[in-house]
Amino acid sequence: MSSQQGNNNYGNGGYGGNPGQSFASGGPGRQEMSYLCADCGASNEIRPREPIRCRQCGHRIMYKKRTTRMVQFEAR
Amino acid sequence: MASSSSSHLPPSVFNPRRHVGVHAEHVSNVSNTEFPGHYPEEDHAWSLAKFKENLKMSVKRLSQRSVEFDLVGVDASIANAFRRIMIAEVPTIAIEDVFIFNNTSVIQDEILSHRLGLVPLNVDPRLFEFRPPGGLPTDRNTLVFKLNVKCERVKKASKDAPQIINQVVTTADLVWEPQGEQDTVFAVNPPAATNKDIVLAKLAPEQIIEMELHAVKGLAKEHAKWSAVATASYRLHPLVVLNPAKPVPPEHAEKFARCFSPGVVKIGPRGAVSIDERALRKETMSREVLRHKEFDGCVELKRVRDWFIFSVESEGPYTPESLLPEAIKVMRGKIASIRAAAEALLADSEDLGSGAAGSGPDVDGDVEMGGE
Repeated sequence: MSSQQGNNNYGNGGYGGNPGQSFASGGPGRQEMSYLCADCGASNEIRPREPIRCRQCGHRIMYKKRTTRMVQFEAR
Repeated sequence: MASSSSSHLPPSVFNPRRHVGVHAEHVSNVSNTEFPGHYPEEDHAWSLAKFKENLKMSVKRLSQRSVEFDLVGVDASIANAFRRIMIAEVPTIAIEDVFIFNNTSVIQDEILSHRLGLVPLNVDPRLFEFRPPGGLPTDRNTLVFKLNVKCERVKKASKDAPQIINQVVTTADLVWEPQGEQDTVFAVNPPAATNKDIVLAKLAPEQIIEMELHAVKGLAKEHAKWSAVATASYRLHPLVVLNPAKPVPPEHAEKFARCFSPGVVKIGPRGAVSIDERALRKETMSREVLRHKEFDGCVELKRVRDWFIFSVESEGPYTPESLLPEAIKVMRGKIASIRAAAEALLADSEDLGSGAAGSGPDVDGDVEMGGE
């Protein structure tokens, strides 16, 4: 059983948790989306009008990172 | 017992009415027969004085994590009630809500949450309240832990130091976040896992786990993660009775001894066989002796019906010796609520018949029992 952020009791209360806090960088406003190379795993930023290509190994397949939105589970 | 040289068991143990027979393919005399009206001219009405006289309790072995104790002179229903209460109804604290912000490890969110729930915590449940269903978390009913771990390659690591850190996430990585007054309440013994070496997940470089965990008080009848014991079980005290009318053939004494656990059978001069009563509790009751024709009728395997050898292991905050007292507290709570209900029923019927009210239970639910 899991519930996405927004429809649980503890969402953004003082007790629940602060979804903004994370290791991943992400400033306010327009943030650069970073993607993972499917071949070497390096983190790449994809910008408009630029070829999708890993800067480390030249691979052309990228994965999107997991969301950092909170997901709630019961420990059962 | 003519054959036992030195007796260490009380003689009342050899009263055949207390014996459960263990035979090759069945057990006999499973139920107690000493109830009112069964034996003519005998009074078996329940009396507190008689119960007190028969009740014996002694701790046989105690370590940091386990205890073995004897409970003698009670009915199986009472012993079993304590066993079941220790397993399922002594409250503990366990992780219940898991809020996952990020988990890029190979172990799935659901599995990781389940693993976290099963981690035993060293928190005294007596300091906590139950959180009612749907109730809001407060500092009196919820403990908060954070688990934020990222596995990384260490740049410029010296040759001896590990090149990669946080490859293994263990319960030692759980960080307690005090809420409200918890800071002062748990100043001496900060909440953590009882065992800091439990592996929760393994990470590869750049993998990350970020989560918040809420631990609440609960009962194991809802989920086994709240069980106060690792295991609680009992067995009946074994008894091996030699038949004085048919001694074991001296030439087979060695073979006879090998049918039992080591030390149970002693071989005296000229192959005379006797039972070491101190070693009897180690007997596995394998019934091997019943398979050999030469020992037919030489020996009877039995158990003492009201001698319970409890074995209890604790893995949580309770010391092993405190688990039975806690179970007794729970049992007394149940008795008090039954008494209150019975009194209410009585008062109801007396209201109808306009009779006098009886005396209620006193403050801590104690019930006055008959006898003195």
